[in-house]
Amino acid sequence: MTDAAITATPVQGRSFWGDAWARLKANKAAMVSLCYLALVTVLCVVGPYFVPHLYTTVYPDYVRTPPSISAYPKSDMVETALGDAVKRMRADLKSWEQDGDRITVTVAASKKLDERNIRYLDRSDTFDDARVESVAPDGLEMVMSAAIKQQYFFFGTDNIGRDLLSRTLMAGRISLAIGLLAGVVAVAIGVVYGATAGFIGGKTDEVMMRIVDVLYSLPFIFFVIMLVVFFGRNFVLMFLAVGAVLWLDMARIVRGQALSIRRQEYVQAAEALGVTRRGILQRHIVPNLLGVVVIYMTLLVPQVIILESFLSFLGLGVQEPMTSWGVLISAGAKNIGSANWMLIYPAFFLVSTLFALNFVGDGLRDALDPKDR
Amino acid sequence: MAGQTILSVKDLHVGFDTLDGTVEAVKGISLHVDAGETVAIVGESGSGKSQTMMAAMRLLASNGRASGHVDYRGQNLLELDRSGMDGIRGSKITMIFQEPMTSLDPLYTIGNQLIEPIRRHRKLSHADARKEALRLLELVKIPEPERRLKSYPYEMSGGQRQRVMIAMALANDPDILIADEPTTALDVTVQAQILTLLAELQQTLGMAIVFITHDLGIVRRLADRVYVMRQGEIVEEGATDVLFTAPRHEYTRMLLEAEPTGRKAAPSQSAPVLLEGRNVEVTFKIGGGFLQGQPLLLRAVNHISLALKKGQTIGVVGESGSGKSTLGRALLRLLPSEGVIRFDGRDIAPLDREAMRPLRRELQLVFQDPFGSLSPRMTIGQVITEGLLVHEPSLSYAERDARAVEALREVGLDPAMRNRYAHEFSGGQRQRIAIARAIILKPKIVVLDEPTSALDRSVQKQIVDLLRDLQAAHDLSYLFISHDLAVVRAMADYIVVMKQGRIVEEGPTETIFERPRETYTQELMAAALDQTRFRRSA
Amino acid sequence: MPIYVFRRLLTAIPTLFVIVTLAFFLIRVAPGGPFNQERGLSPEIKANLEAQFGLDDPIWLQYVHYLNNLLHGNFGPSYNLPDFTVGELFANGLPISIQLGAAALTLALLVGGTLGIVAALNQNKAGDYAVIATATAGSTIPSFVIAPVIQLLFGLTWNLLPIGGWNDGALLNKIGPVLTLSLPQIAIVARLMRGSMIEALRAHHIRTARALGLSRWSVVVKHALRGAVLPIISYAGPAAAALLTGSVIVETIFSIPGVGRYFVDAALNRDYTLVMGTVVVIAVFTIVFNLVVDILYAVVDPRVRYD
Repeated sequence: MTDAAITATPVQGRSFWGDAWARLKANKAAMVSLCYLALVTVLCVVGPYFVPHLYTTVYPDYVRTPPSISAYPKSDMVETALGDAVKRMRADLKSWEQDGDRITVTVAASKKLDERNIRYLDRSDTFDDARVESVAPDGLEMVMSAAIKQQYFFFGTDNIGRDLLSRTLMAGRISLAIGLLAGVVAVAIGVVYGATAGFIGGKTDEVMMRIVDVLYSLPFIFFVIMLVVFFGRNFVLMFLAVGAVLWLDMARIVRGQALSIRRQEYVQAAEALGVTRRGILQRHIVPNLLGVVVIYMTLLVPQVIILESFLSFLGLGVQEPMTSWGVLISAGAKNIGSANWMLIYPAFFLVSTLFALNFVGDGLRDALDPKDR
Repeated sequence: MAGQTILSVKDLHVGFDTLDGTVEAVKGISLHVDAGETVAIVGESGSGKSQTMMAAMRLLASNGRASGHVDYRGQNLLELDRSGMDGIRGSKITMIFQEPMTSLDPLYTIGNQLIEPIRRHRKLSHADARKEALRLLELVKIPEPERRLKSYPYEMSGGQRQRVMIAMALANDPDILIADEPTTALDVTVQAQILTLLAELQQTLGMAIVFITHDLGIVRRLADRVYVMRQGEIVEEGATDVLFTAPRHEYTRMLLEAEPTGRKAAPSQSAPVLLEGRNVEVTFKIGGGFLQGQPLLLRAVNHISLALKKGQTIGVVGESGSGKSTLGRALLRLLPSEGVIRFDGRDIAPLDREAMRPLRRELQLVFQDPFGSLSPRMTIGQVITEGLLVHEPSLSYAERDARAVEALREVGLDPAMRNRYAHEFSGGQRQRIAIARAIILKPKIVVLDEPTSALDRSVQKQIVDLLRDLQAAHDLSYLFISHDLAVVRAMADYIVVMKQGRIVEEGPTETIFERPRETYTQELMAAALDQTRFRRSA
Repeated sequence: MPIYVFRRLLTAIPTLFVIVTLAFFLIRVAPGGPFNQERGLSPEIKANLEAQFGLDDPIWLQYVHYLNNLLHGNFGPSYNLPDFTVGELFANGLPISIQLGAAALTLALLVGGTLGIVAALNQNKAGDYAVIATATAGSTIPSFVIAPVIQLLFGLTWNLLPIGGWNDGALLNKIGPVLTLSLPQIAIVARLMRGSMIEALRAHHIRTARALGLSRWSVVVKHALRGAVLPIISYAGPAAAALLTGSVIVETIFSIPGVGRYFVDAALNRDYTLVMGTVVVIAVFTIVFNLVVDILYAVVDPRVRYD
């Protein structure tokens, strides 16, 4: 008997998942989207460490600065910033000239000028490394020099002068994390609930599904707002709760699938072999459910991200200075007349991510759904 | 009545665009249909017989391409524009299909659907068209035609719907009626009625019929001329009598010989009774439940008693809905039932799931659908050794693998294929896998629920041979459930005829076939085995 | 059928009762109350106000009072907008929200339905792909992005539409909100319609109709479309209920005085009566439109019988 096994070298077949992966790989839109999602995730997770601005840092000199790939300050901004700093010194700007990266400034005042006034230049977001070059003998005139601090705001700044690039990336971290978190919670609850109802069947199933029906008939937004009211500003708790609300669809889908798998002849065949309930669950129900769950999960994550953005838009979501795409878009919508980039960049990130998630979801459905075979 | 050629197909190619490139379904065939004759196109699944006629009718799926010539009275149908084609379809050439349950629009009354093609092609007033519809329903012998005009399809049986389909097809006095397996989905007695009707209508109306089928029995009784198709090509053509008596091509010979032959001898009188059911009853609840009032009770199996001896094969015969599958499952205790079920002298009816488990290895089941009964997520090695995990949990992986190799050899499959998945096998191979799964446990009894019904004739024969060999080798007892009398005759030594949950008649195979007592059995036998022609040759 | 409708309306009463009860106690369990948030009200005034509105009664008594008032069609006063009763608030706002919602729904069904049918008839051709792309975009982009983009383009850049406001229902003021409301719906309806139409066209009875030489119009409209609208009807019921009861996002961004904002504001301010009023209104709309869906189903499909 054993030598029979040795002689027959088995040929490897293509498994269901291998097949699905091959089909997914052939789907260009899904693969591009998958790469894009990976890129956005990496950007949002590690990006903030490489952007030279913290998402919380406020630059009062750079309120609502338009995005630019060249460095700030622009020439006209130097004069404005200089004027502001000199005004704080209670002095008059007599003359200034720029020489490469450095400027030389001559100021005059009616009272004796204190050398410590130099700090006003350093405090400005525009200058750096300020030095007193010379002071007139009467102390009423002073020549200072300072380096112009080169700053990049690729995405511009918001209406209190925070760098939008770092904020957008931070927001992405939050939005993606929340999407994943609430998605996992919803899927976990939905799968357990739905599979239980579908597998046990009968009266239990009927009662469990009636409960789902009742929850369905309550306005969804009512739930969410009640949760916000209860959990207040703790967004982790809140999104666990949101996940706990979103499980209804998952439960219905999984139950339907579990019921239909149970009716499949291969499950009946297993029953006829005397396989235990546990074995049927393990070898038949769960592996066959997995496809649906994966598909639904990729569709649920964008739903949660939209929901989070929606709540943030209403001012019920993430709290300042923490941010999310919804918070940024909400601010952008309010400043649409004066600073449209505040809407455009976060909206682009949100929408493109949602698109990519959708394409991946569709691709997975095509790859996993044996109906089209 | 035979006359000039009205439809001639020349060098017809049909291809389907798929993701893996173009699949050629029909490879340059030529055939012709003369006025008033009956031509049969015969072939197994995938032979391209249906696609040939679908292409001629320009009804191919959207990814289908047809090229060549389909000339109807001098017009090439393949080059006709849409409105030109619509003038021919339904009027000159019409078609009826296999699926009587879904071929009518569920949302409109029969009258509405009958009147529409009449008015479309003949420009009659609504009232005249209605009269015409009534006449047609009478023509196809539908009882109470006046009332039926107002019925919806869901209110009618499969046979009646197929009659309505025929009425619709004949509404405009066509030249050619294409019938694509029109009786395959029907019970055998209904099948005979529909075929008789078709033959009669042809005699009165004189149209030509193109009959597409896999069933040689029907061809012999109905057709004047036959084309045999295999893999998109016509392998043989000829007059029915000639082709059936002196087939030239080996494929035709194989088809003709594919009818399962041989008879099984009954086991000795002294053989012990292995499985016995007494007054077995199965009742299904329909509807009811939570707040929905009284459920409807349906008695699917009604007071049935039977005894299966060691080495015996009992054939359970009946039409759809007769309760034969339910009986098989009830005897294996896979369904809740009333009555006594004895296995090896022990009453197993009161046993619960746990107590039944050790007995399961002795009592095995093979299903009809070889596509649905194998899990798509498991390799076939895993599929056939699943039972060993339950009944011989001490086996190591290598030992199970060795048993799988042995079982696959026994059912005639290459053991090297055991790491492949079910979807990579053909229907016949899958059925062999399902059989391997049952016999790997070395059972005493196997319930075979229509194991050959989803397979082509030639494959059926191989499966029947395999089952007989296995029975001889392992001294198995079979409960063979089937509606196919030819297969049952070759497999069983004892027959139980069921109708509406009850046993109508039972006895040794030859007695039932040669001298049936009950009218119902006689009808069944006549419908299945009659070899006389439905009408005299043209 | 009339008996069925009557029975369905009767069974709606316990459903409504459960929803009202659940909502009533849920909002009361939430911390805070209508008069004790950062209002700077002195304890005496607060106590007076609560006594005036009966908020110092035991909760079960408040509940009984509320139910009794509700049965008489009285939704009670709004705690935060003391000049209005809840009934008046809805009388003012609901017509506005319904106008916008109904226009958006009509647009969604007409445009989305047509796009879906066109796509299905041209499956896997350029027209189909265009519809799929549009539909994907429409259903992916959230309305709080669409609305400001419409403002930015049509209002600020091209100066075609006002940026917001109701302006007594002037046509131009409605375009932005209706577009924002309808775009996602158009996308969803188009997708649904495409899918169900493709499936309907694959049905065996469509093959029969073609084999009988029926006209293309009859095949597509009479035989395929009638069956294909069933999923659209199921979708449109709940969608109508949601659209007609206003959208927070659209009404906020476009400054529309509809009822969409009520719920959020009321819940945050613990304006108990207004929260309850909103829940009742939404629930009634949902129940009514579900019934409408069931009736339409029976009209379209003779196999569906209610008795």
